[in-house]
Amino acid sequence: MAGPNTFRGGPDDRGLFGIHGGRFVAETLMPLVLEVERAYETAKRDPGFAAELRYYLEHYVGRPSPLYFAERLTRHCRGAKIYLKREDLNHTGAHKVNNTLGQILLARRMGKRRIIAETGAGQHGVATATVCALFDLPCVVYMGATDIERQKPNVFRMKLLGAEVRPVTSGTATLKDAMNEALRDWVANVDDTYYLIGTVAGPHPYPAMVRDFQTVIGDEVRVQMMRAEERLPDTLIACVGGGSNAMGLFHPFLDEPTVTMIGVEAAGEGISTGRHAASLNGGAPGVLHGNRSYYLQDADGQILDTHSISAGLDYPGVGPEHAWLFEHRRVAYVPVTDREALAAFQLLTRLEGIIPALESAHAVAEVAKRAPNLPRDHLVVINLSGRGDKDVDTVAATLGVKL
Amino acid sequence: MSRIAARFAQLRAAGRAGLVTYLSCGDPDRVTFEKILAHLPKAGADLIEIGMPFSDPMADGPAIQAASLRALKSGMTLAKTLDVLRRFRKADRDTPVILMGYYNPIYRYGVPRFLKDAKAAGCDGLIVVDLPPEHDDELCLPARQAGIDFVRLATPTSDDKRLPVILTNAGGFLYYVAIAGITGTKSARAEVVAAAVARLRRHTALPIAVGFGIRTPAQAVKVARVADAAVIGSALVETIAKNLDKRGKAKATLLPAVLKDVAALASGVRKARPRPRNQARAAQ
Repeated sequence: MAGPNTFRGGPDDRGLFGIHGGRFVAETLMPLVLEVERAYETAKRDPGFAAELRYYLEHYVGRPSPLYFAERLTRHCRGAKIYLKREDLNHTGAHKVNNTLGQILLARRMGKRRIIAETGAGQHGVATATVCALFDLPCVVYMGATDIERQKPNVFRMKLLGAEVRPVTSGTATLKDAMNEALRDWVANVDDTYYLIGTVAGPHPYPAMVRDFQTVIGDEVRVQMMRAEERLPDTLIACVGGGSNAMGLFHPFLDEPTVTMIGVEAAGEGISTGRHAASLNGGAPGVLHGNRSYYLQDADGQILDTHSISAGLDYPGVGPEHAWLFEHRRVAYVPVTDREALAAFQLLTRLEGIIPALESAHAVAEVAKRAPNLPRDHLVVINLSGRGDKDVDTVAATLGVKL
Repeated sequence: MSRIAARFAQLRAAGRAGLVTYLSCGDPDRVTFEKILAHLPKAGADLIEIGMPFSDPMADGPAIQAASLRALKSGMTLAKTLDVLRRFRKADRDTPVILMGYYNPIYRYGVPRFLKDAKAAGCDGLIVVDLPPEHDDELCLPARQAGIDFVRLATPTSDDKRLPVILTNAGGFLYYVAIAGITGTKSARAEVVAAAVARLRRHTALPIAVGFGIRTPAQAVKVARVADAAVIGSALVETIAKNLDKRGKAKATLLPAVLKDVAALASGVRKARPRPRNQARAAQ
């Protein structure tokens, strides 16, 4: 496949990245989706919107997040020089808030009075409930009953923040079903409700909009790396569920030919076991939740159950821009298993005193494999997309430790 | 003339509205479903929608979600759905059949192959919930070329600016979704539906069917007074659910119960307009 002139030009005006993306939604939602697109296009051109967002990112989220040289991890790997982009230090403990802030400001401009969201691990739910508290908007978060069980602390955080958490028992009771239920809510509440999607998926303009709000990550890395090393990084690594933290890190560098990018998918118990969540490595093109991308599905086009130790990666699809970058081979997507992620979780905690989210631990695991074979002047950036406090129960249970 | 156009012409001539029934293919199992399907026309269904089961039916409420999952669990697939239609069509050459569902199973099956097989099986129309006019090149235009009507949904959110976009490549009839919401949840008031249908008629000459939220013969009567057809789905699907044993298998009461519901709805729809339109016109 011939490469395009730029990897940063998408999507087109139908919301397509190549064949991926688009607006595959029920007719009831089309006017709403078009309204979000118009509102976002207007906001994008308004310096007042950018200034407002910048204000909250600095004073509320605590940006810029540090780019931290992981000296002990680097020494341990005996190879590439490893930096961590510390999104775990953001308010609410993950990159998710970059996007929820941007979208809540947009929803306010649109005069919407009720916010709905879906969540898997609960990180996006917490980030949404947080900005809803900040701006005094009622918030309903849909969450799979299975996820509610394994992410209890986040469920309670959302409730403390004033959100209503609605358990979803349909289908497999995980993130995809929560997204179905949020879409059903939106269809039934078209007049006052804004759907705040948490990742670079859903109908256009969401994949592009969420990416734009997350590119603050990559933009900062560029400046910070210039300051630290006076050059661009060589390799960027991030975990990919829906893929918003990865898009945010990668996008500003897509047209830099010297920068290698690696997205890490959740291989669960291994791709060959069928118990995984690696849509690019183990799925096929399909249409779900408003866009075309890669999905885990059977030969009849029925969406399959997924498995990952990390609830945030436990989704059968991936953002459409990733699908496009995958097909153009601009970004390499590799699988990392539960076991490898768990080992990396412990490794980073011991070496750097940083407990990563299990999602981010997938990226750390890939670096631990790769760094030893790279030269010492090779600069690697891991997107440490979230902190791991929420995962200690899961990790303890997996390690057989009673808390 | 297509089967859909012929059927609406007949209904017009008879001065009455039609009854459209929706059931998910293979719910609760293939054998039972094929029996129901074979009896639907005689029970009073003028047009038949067959749901193509999908694991993630985003526009459907709990009743049809459950029906979809029952069907999938019983082993239903898109290929088997087409086979069910093929067998029905051997015995019934007149009743229009519209396949309704979501895009992914069709996309996975392959659009050209799907259209060829659907046409050969005797499919007259398609309703694909998650394919808005913005993506007409995916399936709508190829379907038209294959001689299959692409039936469009209009909704309470379809304003006068949006309607022409929806209608550009619409075929067969226009399906008016009477509520902003998912199937089987709430119902629209009769006068609201009447006003909506009147507005739609200013935009299109296509027959107008109204669905979502019609549960009782009384509601069907009200819709049949203003629209060209009333679509009933969730209520019938719930009758299936009520006639399953503890293991989820069809009880002997299932088939008669569904057909009784259909007959009651059909009788309501048939006597909704006291004086047939053509006679009224002839009398003028």
